[in-house]
Amino acid sequence: MPDDPKVTAARGRDKKAAAGPDVDLKQYSRQGGDWAYDEQYQGFDAAERSHLLKAGIELTDEEHAATFFQADRAVMHCKVSQPGLEVLPIKEALERYEWVKDYYWRLVSPDSDKYTAQTALDLDNGYFIRALPGAKIVHPVETCLYIRTEGLAQHVHNIVIAEPGSELNVITGCTTHPGVKAGLHLGISEFYVKAGARLNFTMVHNWGTDIHVRPRSAILVEEKGTFISNYILLKPVKSVQMDPLVRLTGSGAVTTLQSIVVAHPDTELDLGGRVYLEAPQTRAEVIARSVTTGGKSISRGHLVGKVPNVKAHLECQGLILSETGIIHAIPELTGEVAGVEMSHEAAVGKIAQEEIEYLMARGLDEDEAASTIVRGFLSIKIEGLPMALEEEIERTIREARKGL
Amino acid sequence: MLQIEDLWVTIEDKEVLKGINLEIQAGETHTLFGKNGSGKSTLLMTLMGFARYKVVQGQILFKGTDITQMPTHERARLGLGLAFQRPPTIRGVKTRDLLQVCSGKGRQAAEALAFDYDFEGFLEREINYGFSGGEIKKSELLQLLAQDPALVLLDEPESGVDLENLQMVGEIIRRLLQKERRRVDRDKSGLIITHTGFILNYLNADKGHVMCDGQIACHGIPREILEHIKEQGYEECVRCLTTPK
Repeated sequence: MPDDPKVTAARGRDKKAAAGPDVDLKQYSRQGGDWAYDEQYQGFDAAERSHLLKAGIELTDEEHAATFFQADRAVMHCKVSQPGLEVLPIKEALERYEWVKDYYWRLVSPDSDKYTAQTALDLDNGYFIRALPGAKIVHPVETCLYIRTEGLAQHVHNIVIAEPGSELNVITGCTTHPGVKAGLHLGISEFYVKAGARLNFTMVHNWGTDIHVRPRSAILVEEKGTFISNYILLKPVKSVQMDPLVRLTGSGAVTTLQSIVVAHPDTELDLGGRVYLEAPQTRAEVIARSVTTGGKSISRGHLVGKVPNVKAHLECQGLILSETGIIHAIPELTGEVAGVEMSHEAAVGKIAQEEIEYLMARGLDEDEAASTIVRGFLSIKIEGLPMALEEEIERTIREARKGL
Repeated sequence: MLQIEDLWVTIEDKEVLKGINLEIQAGETHTLFGKNGSGKSTLLMTLMGFARYKVVQGQILFKGTDITQMPTHERARLGLGLAFQRPPTIRGVKTRDLLQVCSGKGRQAAEALAFDYDFEGFLEREINYGFSGGEIKKSELLQLLAQDPALVLLDEPESGVDLENLQMVGEIIRRLLQKERRRVDRDKSGLIITHTGFILNYLNADKGHVMCDGQIACHGIPREILEHIKEQGYEECVRCLTTPK
């Protein structure tokens, strides 16, 4: 880390982001939100619990390798239940280990835009997760970033490290209190997947209708490492703009980025996924599925083949379920050398009549047929996920889909 | 069971069926022959009530009920079942779920059927995604078995099926049409489009019809019609039919 991040950040504090509607940071409060630590999750009523569940957060330490819960600016819960794993609030990790700062702001630059700058200058907290070399962490680590106070801006920085040969599954639920309408979430995430390690990262967003969300993520995957990301956003939100960058720097590194999103009326989504294939035998797959019921969804994807002998595929599919919604698919491929094998497919449209009629011929009425097709469209299937994780993702999608 | 009276159908304003009359009694199996484009598939799609196929004249009675304007799903619930020739792929929806919809009896019924015909491996797969021609046919027929329709509509059930699987396809169709029972004890009926007639090696059909330019031009014993077509081709068949005797 050459410079003090705060010094670098100062240069970017007025820099607008390259994409997404511009958010006035002054509109959001930085007061309050200092919740006390809650060992037994006693401070949550039934309404709050059921709302959290829709983002996949169960508020239990059972069947979780670790749990981390940050409400507004405060870490309310952080517990590790399995050996081979470290989970700490990022501020504590930076204090405890000198070397953590080598991972801090290494993949994302503090002066990228005003959101990264603001987070660097005025950090609340965030999680630090590290699977030790060779550790197989079967149960998921469950983390939650929660906005519990109306009008608040939350500034988070996360670091996840899968040391060589380790296996780690992280589920992050980002959500708001059922009573919170407006707010801002800024989240920096830096992921390090080392040689032969495997990291599954599933993120569920379930925000309030007036929340702006600006995640800034970057991922480094070393030799024969695997990074799998699932992103699920099915409920109304004001705007989400993100364009995570995965760099496959070691030979044989693999990544799959999948997203299923719904743009409701008044929602503006600008979601991307970039993969740089920088070493031979690397592979990447980006699958983006978006549905609009009246909102705008921009679906970007960019694959860059920098060396020969790499293979990558990009798929953007959009389903338009209303007269007013917009889906804008922008798939991009860049081959910088010969010997790259990259492809993409994009399709945007309404539900095919023949699919509806096919199901109707089996006895479903038109509405049932259409919702069956939409549910299928919004399902995620990844080979090789641990059973427990797969079940949890499916359950989360089922919960989040309710009332769609 | 089924009564079609003077049925005229257009697709995108083009007349495709031009006055079809056809009656199928309970327990009877009929076959439809005809050149490509003669209107055979259109007839089946119209019976199922798909939106592209507009009935401009005539009516369809099924089990005594006028279904001419009935939505597709109600026809299905009333007992009409169609095996598609080229069904769509539906991503993200498991074949198991579709079989369950068909049977309305839950998971076990679907699984038992799949087990009977060595199809368990497909239950978790997305509907028709990456299926071979033969697998599609098998999937369609198993859906019908689960649906248990009173009138089975089959659109070229043997096309794309290799010889090894042809026998199984034949067996499933026999089961659908209760061919193991005595003729008088059957109550399921069938209307089968066949190009090659292969399917007649596995089951007897009671009546055959030849379609030509949107009309049923000839009725007869299915095997005789087939032999005639094989020997002389459809052209001769049509000439014979259109020449006044």
